[in-house]
Amino acid sequence: RSQRDARLQVSAALKEGRVSATELCQRCLSLIKSTGFLNAYVTVAKGTALKQAEESEKRYRRGQPLGVLDGIPFAVKDNFNTAGIETTCASNMLKGYISPYNATVVQKLLDQGAVLLGKTNLDEFAMGSGSTDGIFGPVRNPWSYSRQYKEKAPPKSGSENEESDWVITGGSSGGSAAAVSSFTCFAALGSDTGGSTRNPAAHCGVVGLKPTYGLISRHGLIPLVNSMDVPGILTRCVDDAAVVLGSLAGHDPKDSTTIQDTFKPFELPNLIDVRKLCIGIPKEYHAPGLSSEILALWSKAADLFRDAGAKVIEVSLPHTRYSIVCYHVLCTAEVASNMARFDGLEYGHRADMNKSTESMYAATRREGFNDVVRGRILSGNYFLLKQNYENYFIKAQKVRRLIANDFVKVFASGVDILLTPTTLSDAVPYVEFIKEDNRTRSAQDDILTQAANMAGLPAISIPTALSKRGLPVGLQFIGRSFQEKQLLTVAKWFEKQVKFPMIQLEVKRHDCSVFQHQKSVSFL
Amino acid sequence: LASWVPVVGLEIHAQISSNSKLFSGSQVQFAAPPNSLVSFFDASLPGTLPVLNRRCVEAAVMTGLALNCSINKKSLFDRKHYFYADLPAGYQITQQRVPIAVNGSLSYSLCIDNKMSQMVTKTVRIKQIQLEQDSGKSLHDDARSQTLVDLNRAGVGLMEVVMEPDMCCGEEAAAAVRELQLILQTLGSSQAVMAEGQLRVDANVSVHHPGEPYGVRTEVKNINSIRFLAKAVDYEIQRQIEELENGGTILNETRAFDSKLGCTIPMRDKEGKQDYRFMPEPNLPPLILYDAKSLPVNMNHQQVVNIDWIRERLPDLPSVKRAKLVELYGILPEHSFTLLNEDGLAEYFENVVKQTQMKPKKVIGWILNDLLSYLKQHALPVKESPVSSFLLADLLNLLERREISSSAAKQVFEELWKGEGKTPLEIVKEKKLELIQDQKELEKVCQEVIDRQEDEVIMMVLG
Repeated sequence: RSQRDARLQVSAALKEGRVSATELCQRCLSLIKSTGFLNAYVTVAKGTALKQAEESEKRYRRGQPLGVLDGIPFAVKDNFNTAGIETTCASNMLKGYISPYNATVVQKLLDQGAVLLGKTNLDEFAMGSGSTDGIFGPVRNPWSYSRQYKEKAPPKSGSENEESDWVITGGSSGGSAAAVSSFTCFAALGSDTGGSTRNPAAHCGVVGLKPTYGLISRHGLIPLVNSMDVPGILTRCVDDAAVVLGSLAGHDPKDSTTIQDTFKPFELPNLIDVRKLCIGIPKEYHAPGLSSEILALWSKAADLFRDAGAKVIEVSLPHTRYSIVCYHVLCTAEVASNMARFDGLEYGHRADMNKSTESMYAATRREGFNDVVRGRILSGNYFLLKQNYENYFIKAQKVRRLIANDFVKVFASGVDILLTPTTLSDAVPYVEFIKEDNRTRSAQDDILTQAANMAGLPAISIPTALSKRGLPVGLQFIGRSFQEKQLLTVAKWFEKQVKFPMIQLEVKRHDCSVFQHQKSVSFL
Repeated sequence: LASWVPVVGLEIHAQISSNSKLFSGSQVQFAAPPNSLVSFFDASLPGTLPVLNRRCVEAAVMTGLALNCSINKKSLFDRKHYFYADLPAGYQITQQRVPIAVNGSLSYSLCIDNKMSQMVTKTVRIKQIQLEQDSGKSLHDDARSQTLVDLNRAGVGLMEVVMEPDMCCGEEAAAAVRELQLILQTLGSSQAVMAEGQLRVDANVSVHHPGEPYGVRTEVKNINSIRFLAKAVDYEIQRQIEELENGGTILNETRAFDSKLGCTIPMRDKEGKQDYRFMPEPNLPPLILYDAKSLPVNMNHQQVVNIDWIRERLPDLPSVKRAKLVELYGILPEHSFTLLNEDGLAEYFENVVKQTQMKPKKVIGWILNDLLSYLKQHALPVKESPVSSFLLADLLNLLERREISSSAAKQVFEELWKGEGKTPLEIVKEKKLELIQDQKELEKVCQEVIDRQEDEVIMMVLG
């Protein structure tokens, strides 16, 4: 059975009483436990989750569910505030920090009756593209434990540990992607600043949606780059993403960067005609380092559209190659600013240093932040110095405008959707990934996803096919501002065509018997 | 002796009079228990975002209009970064690039040579008005080597009013600030009470020889009253002149005014020059204001600030009020200044005028000489005067009808001041202060006096 039908069926099952919300919650919790080695979760909110599930059950019994998300378990990246639950950003700076309020997006899901299972792992303060640089350690891609990957692995010499083969999830929302991919929840929230939702979605074989900037509230999302951050949605199919989007989008008076227009939630059609569409293939996205496999898939995808009657043309986004450098300047500048609040005074880690306020600040920040964070703060402050501001920050803002204008021009010329790869390759093994530093990796891995954040555009990664190593590869669609409906419709059509296979997760249980995960998905 | 031209500019921070803070919903209140008025945003909890307070914008627009500024229909917010215990976010949200109002002016008046009768009007240019956050307060407890931080004030809205260096001495600075204070209080945009920290003034002072470029300037802080402002500025001018005449140089530094010693002292070194690393505030879109022409037709007027709407509702500014008083009542300009300088005095005066036949030109004497001196002696504000305008009017009527003499009137006033609830007439009767009008009666009294003092009279007649 396809993944698309899974959530719909669960909803139906809940409604018809064939499965209870509590049962569903308990199964997910138990699955989280048995997939603990993935290190996807930082905090599991068992007590509150079961309570929420109970409440949901009562509502279903009364025949009054709050909506399609009532009783549905979800997970949230640990950079979103969750009242009463620890929010760490995978950093020593916030270890033990209990949020006193819910992020708007979390509140909206809870208001729909969804069940919050826990907080997921990430790169510290969302800085990274591997979900490897947080204090809780790296997240493991569930596909590392899939039959599909194991089958394709080269024969090993006896001494080699199977353990060293595991691949990364990508990042920085790796925990959320892994959580969805391993069936522990039906949807997860991530964040996307330069690709942090789409990148792990592609590597973990799930749908990763980056909405238009200003569509979904950032209130409660601990910021990385305020002018680029958006909450991201990770699900197993496009229809699910549309449902979650429907409950999250809309103006929030607490976030002055959300647009005022009323948002109308939409359902995606089942029959989609792509003949009137014009798909743009930006030639600059044939980036150096793009694997031949992915290039081939990309080409195949273009053909798919062409064969179905859509117009497929090559387009140019000439300033694409400047986006990495531009992003680096703007991102580090905002990071330096956003991290200034972490001084140990009001909350969070405080160093045991009493000589002076300055020395306390310095020790706190040295102890609380990892190298990546500290490195970005230093760079950012450098770019913001009076003597540098014009040459770096202002220049980068101008380049950003050029990048955004590239998209405006292309969309104005009749192109509806852009089709690009999401990543340069499939997921690399962890031992490979850590050979390069965070900065290098981020620069490499963000290249295909970043420009959409610069321009504020909506973009989605759809699992397309398995690589020859048996790992997921995703392709990306980029749409016009606030045209999520069109974007998701095209994505849904594509999803239907490619029929991406379900992960055959092989997990060792404590009784040492191996069981196949897909069975646990069918509650019916 | 070479002549020196002193140059004085001012940076004034006025706390906006509003119910809640500039970017958050927590309350604004003086002297509340420490850290009782702090929202998540004020404490810089991660993930919180600023939301602009409409009332603060209106206050700034009002003030800008009253100071003849151009109101920028589009202004921007910026972050100014520095680390300090009373600045939780590590930056202040301010308006550095494009403030809400620019290029205004303020007229103020001075007495020449301390003579109230010779007033001269001066003007100081207003460079700009910007909206920004106030910081919290930190108290240094040296005994226990600790710093106590109170964030109640953190995030309260401020209007920074920058006055160009058009002033030349302490008196001018003081007069300018006094007039600004009156304007703010009239508008209601700030209560502007210096003692409560609602109005803070920093002075920029330099001296140079005529015809030469401006000298190095120092910034003087920690000025807690208008009186001290004049003192601090004059001291600093003198200090700089002496320093330069002795061959020294002026450092571009910040100095604190020590009110006890009456001098300025260098402030503890703030690590040389601070680079504030200004950056646009990414969480606040540009602030767009409208006027009648630019207001879109179907815009919800609750959602926008209309400059013309505010302009139409501006109250009479002090200068207008004064002019009206002079015109209506024929009093002198300097009188009008004094009337407006005391809270409630102008109203009191007008009430007395309404209730008495005495001409305003005469009434004013009683208000400014008698009432005011009594109030000052007892350190009472007008509203706590034991002599109400009704009672005073009553008294003045007796005087006007020549029922009592003016010296008797003064005695009655003294009695009234005791606040024992007696009317002027009652006091007059009690103390037998009535003027005798009857000729025969007068003769009788004179005769009685002469009879009693026979010897003196004989001496006088004999010459």
